[in-house]
Amino acid sequence: MLTTAPLDHPPPAGEPRLQLLHITKRYPSVVANDDVSLTVMPGEIHAVLGENGAGKSTLMKVIYGAVHADAGEIMWNGRQVHIANPAAARALGIGMVFQHFSLFETLSVVENIALVIGGKFDLPALAERVKSVSEKYGLPLDPGRLVHSLSVGERQRVEIVRCLLQNPQLLILDEPTSVLTPQAVRKLFETLRQLASEGVSILYISHKLHEIQELCDTATVMRGGKVTGHATPRNETPASMARMMIGRELPVCHAEPYTGVSAPVLQVRGLTQPTDDPFGTPLEGIDLTVNSGEIVGIAGISGNGQAELLAALSGEVPVTNDMVRLGDKAVGAMNAAQRRDLGLVFVPEERLGRGAVPSLSLTDNALLTAHRQGMVKNGLVNYGAAKEFATRDIARFDVRTGGAASAARSLSGGNLQKFIVGREIMQTPKLMIVAQPTWGVDVGASAFLRQTLIDLSRQGVAVLVISEELEELFEICDRIAVLAGGKLSEAVPKQQTDAEAIGLKMSGLFADHVSGQSAQGGSHAPA
Amino acid sequence: MHLLEPRANPSVIMRWASPALAVLLTLFVGSLLFIALKKDPLEAFRVFFIDPLNSAYGWSELLLKASPLILIAQGLAIGFKARIYNIGAEGQLIMGAIFGGGVALLFEGTGSSFALPAMVLAGALGGALWGALPALLKTRFNAEETLTTLMLAYVASFLLSWLVSGPWKDPGGMNFPQTVMFAATSQFSMLADGLRINTSIFITLAAVAAFYLFTKKSLLAYAITVGGEAPAAARYAGFSSKRTVWFALTLSGLTAGLAGIAEVAGPIGQLNLNISPGYGYAAIIVAWIGRLHPVGIVGAGLLMALLYLGGEQAQLALQLPAAITGLFQGMLLFFLLGCDAFIDYRLRRRKRRAVVATKPAVPVQEAA
Amino acid sequence: MIDHLIPILAGTLAAATPLVFAGLGELVAEKSGVINLGVEGMMLIGAIAGFAFATQTGGGAGAGLIAGAAAGTLAATLFAILSLSLGANQAAAGLALTIFGIGLSAFIGQSFVSYSLPGLKPLDIPLLSDIPVIGRILFHQDWVVYLSWAVAVIVAWVLAKTRLGLLLKAVGESPESAHAIGYPVIAIRYGAVLFGGAMAGIAGAYLSTVYTPLWVQNMSAGRGWIAVALVVFATWKPGRLMLGAYLFGGMTILQLHAQGLGIRVPSQLMSAIPYAATVLVLVLISRDRKLLQLNLPASLGKSFMPGG
Repeated sequence: MLTTAPLDHPPPAGEPRLQLLHITKRYPSVVANDDVSLTVMPGEIHAVLGENGAGKSTLMKVIYGAVHADAGEIMWNGRQVHIANPAAARALGIGMVFQHFSLFETLSVVENIALVIGGKFDLPALAERVKSVSEKYGLPLDPGRLVHSLSVGERQRVEIVRCLLQNPQLLILDEPTSVLTPQAVRKLFETLRQLASEGVSILYISHKLHEIQELCDTATVMRGGKVTGHATPRNETPASMARMMIGRELPVCHAEPYTGVSAPVLQVRGLTQPTDDPFGTPLEGIDLTVNSGEIVGIAGISGNGQAELLAALSGEVPVTNDMVRLGDKAVGAMNAAQRRDLGLVFVPEERLGRGAVPSLSLTDNALLTAHRQGMVKNGLVNYGAAKEFATRDIARFDVRTGGAASAARSLSGGNLQKFIVGREIMQTPKLMIVAQPTWGVDVGASAFLRQTLIDLSRQGVAVLVISEELEELFEICDRIAVLAGGKLSEAVPKQQTDAEAIGLKMSGLFADHVSGQSAQGGSHAPA
Repeated sequence: MHLLEPRANPSVIMRWASPALAVLLTLFVGSLLFIALKKDPLEAFRVFFIDPLNSAYGWSELLLKASPLILIAQGLAIGFKARIYNIGAEGQLIMGAIFGGGVALLFEGTGSSFALPAMVLAGALGGALWGALPALLKTRFNAEETLTTLMLAYVASFLLSWLVSGPWKDPGGMNFPQTVMFAATSQFSMLADGLRINTSIFITLAAVAAFYLFTKKSLLAYAITVGGEAPAAARYAGFSSKRTVWFALTLSGLTAGLAGIAEVAGPIGQLNLNISPGYGYAAIIVAWIGRLHPVGIVGAGLLMALLYLGGEQAQLALQLPAAITGLFQGMLLFFLLGCDAFIDYRLRRRKRRAVVATKPAVPVQEAA
Repeated sequence: MIDHLIPILAGTLAAATPLVFAGLGELVAEKSGVINLGVEGMMLIGAIAGFAFATQTGGGAGAGLIAGAAAGTLAATLFAILSLSLGANQAAAGLALTIFGIGLSAFIGQSFVSYSLPGLKPLDIPLLSDIPVIGRILFHQDWVVYLSWAVAVIVAWVLAKTRLGLLLKAVGESPESAHAIGYPVIAIRYGAVLFGGAMAGIAGAYLSTVYTPLWVQNMSAGRGWIAVALVVFATWKPGRLMLGAYLFGGMTILQLHAQGLGIRVPSQLMSAIPYAATVLVLVLISRDRKLLQLNLPASLGKSFMPGG
């Protein structure tokens, strides 16, 4: 998908920058790192590859001093070190760019950076340094802007510049591309190569095989907390790396063409919605149709109106009545419960705390939305029926758990997602809306969930998927639209588009074609 | 400082052991206190917990004091489950007393047998209105109910104080701030001669049964719990948070109002400035100690009533300040909250870092 | 008229001083993301500790204030252990502290009901107190009033201009992020909460050793709660907090002078005014959700327990 650029820095040599020897970290229920060793040379771009839950993030936290290993040692430039906390790691020259950014929304860029940089507290002087470093590495930033007004891509720049100001010898990036457009990924890679050529070592954590092949010199592969192999990505194929990563072939989904009757189920016309939230995105003139028997995907980076669109579609925030139609009924003014009564089901991106109540049992969580399946009479609940429903859900959707009495929070991300998806599907919906169906879910469960969605659509259900993962959308969707800056592009059949074109639309450029206005790049374009 | 780590599943044992543990810890610290005050702790506990109950009169007083606590706490517990903190039940109790007492004054001299039922209804209404006001302010104007309910409690007490020393003052009361004594038809009848316990206890009993059924079986109670545990999940499921606010605040106001009228139409028999020894506040503790559970609240209410009686006894027999009751109440709640941490968390196991030093470790100074 | 107004306005400053201390303390705690509803309890504990210490040692108001601050800090420590170390619900722990404080102060106070203290004499600030009218109002006060101004200036400066202020704000917005970049979130919150306790303690001790100066059971009479409301009214800004405190101080004073001013409202209803006004003010501020959300420390009231 992306072209491989030649490596323009010398091969690593000399004393290792970082060596991890036999690192072990145990948690009450799991061994997150089991005898993990790896070596990073100066100027080397080293990938740590593994699927969700393989222990990559824990390992990085150990290096950054945020977590302390139970056993093993860390060698830094040839000397054994004990890294007590992140400040100590930074003092050594270790910088980290977090997957979920560690920025403060109500503070400005330079204030955010000042919190990490020691020395005299002099914001104007620091702002100058931010400017000069950000220009040197092609990461333009306005130090005075408040972080909540920045796009996700710009926020990542703040994190990177914050690390660079401390002249790091090792830069850790945790899944840095999950929030970037393909174009922005290319720019990031340029910056990383420039840094490596200056001798900075880079630890690059990802589960995206093609990116690792393009960028990294070496790779350490992890599975279930253990190292399962060291590799030179350029000499491997995606399939061979995938085998190391998950221990078997990558599962593939099968989608038969839909043969039933195709009729519009969800119709959105001119959906415009201002926002009450000072950090929110208003929606502007959204048009969308989802027919029975198809999966429509909405690509785009979170924060571009995804939360607002989902709230308007699910009914959590009612809108003008005829902006949203379900079948032949205008439902815009209805609340979530009324829309559910008409056959809408919804799987939100936050599983714990929204899709499920963490402290309640699976039986109680079945009741959350499925109570309308004959579990309530005269306002009184039949808990037996709820338990029976939960038990069927657990069996049919292969949920690994102690049983219907287990608390929702005791389930792994993938299993809880299977339970929630199952609970919604078992309500025989006409329309299913799913947000980020496989976030933080392991490869096996992801494949299962994707196949489940395809199968559901082929039974004549209309399915709308909102996801940041382009590959996922191309795998399961029939048509794909892009949400950027609160506007939605036309949904086009996936055969007529590709990642490159979708990426351009994510930058907001499609606004030219949709409304004839000037490009809505603004604060939401990750450039 | 990071002593705790989360449990995978909340501990069912700790959920119910925690109140017992809190009582034990309170007794322990209480003994230390008694020793410090040069009183024999065993003697003190006998005065506190045994003496009040060695007569029929004592048991009657226990039930008499427990009844309003239990009644108010039932209503509060519904709100607390939804994380709606009505801490002004004292004010709603007073408003119930004012409304109900006002009706009693209206019926003055009529001898009508409708007086008491009308008073009970008016009391419920007064409390419910005083609870609904913060609900309106919360749903319409987003104003925090913790502060508004409490402020309104102060307003209610000043209102009462004005009424009994102004327009409703008993002309023959030697200028004391109080109304006339209510007629017998405006009072709950006594259950036995010489005891102050009266028929208002049946209101509490009925309420316990109703609240038990409601929390165990109704979808609304489930929706309220979800709203408290995970507000986003409640929105997702389509459970209206405004409805929960209205319901919880109005209902808890109503039960407090009933408790208020039960007091003034019961043991007190008139409106004056001392219609409640802080039942509205103590009921907050009762609700928590009782695990927000309708039956648990009954036990907690009896315990708290015993603390009140014990405090009175201690004042007489041990010359201890009556405020010791408030001290015990506060300690009990403190210890309960502390013990409750171990429902969701457990002590972190001590781990030793096994580092084999091959080269001297570099000490790294914290930069921040 | 002016002659009537000067004592009212001067009295307003003294009446507002407990609210200034307690409000500033709560503001700092809330900036770090912790709402402590125990202000009322901490004030009462500070009041009785200050009063007891001042009468027992003969140390006067200064000693009383120091004792009050120490006692308030201790009380806040109880709250901090529950809500920060043990992860208890902040609202519940704060309420517990208030209930405990009422009980404890009444218990200890029983032996102090018959005592009284001399209070403090006004301290004229040279030159400034000679300014007509304004001098008599602003610069003819006891030294604790001046101290409250100093505290306000320091709090405002720390919040606006220093790394510590930035850090408090950061911890209050996202304890998770602050933890990720290596700041000791719990320790910082302890600091903020204990500062709040010390300030509430001083506020209480001022009531019992300077303002009244007697011990009366429950003498804070809801001022702790009004202080909590003032922080919302102030949208977490020290300047606005001062403004609000003086507004409420004025209302308290007004009821004392009502008769002199010819206001014919029963005194009980006049007494209810500050509380009713608190409700009104809360409504007026809270209805503007955007304003509140832009200023509200985002993690306020949510417990944070660092895992891993």
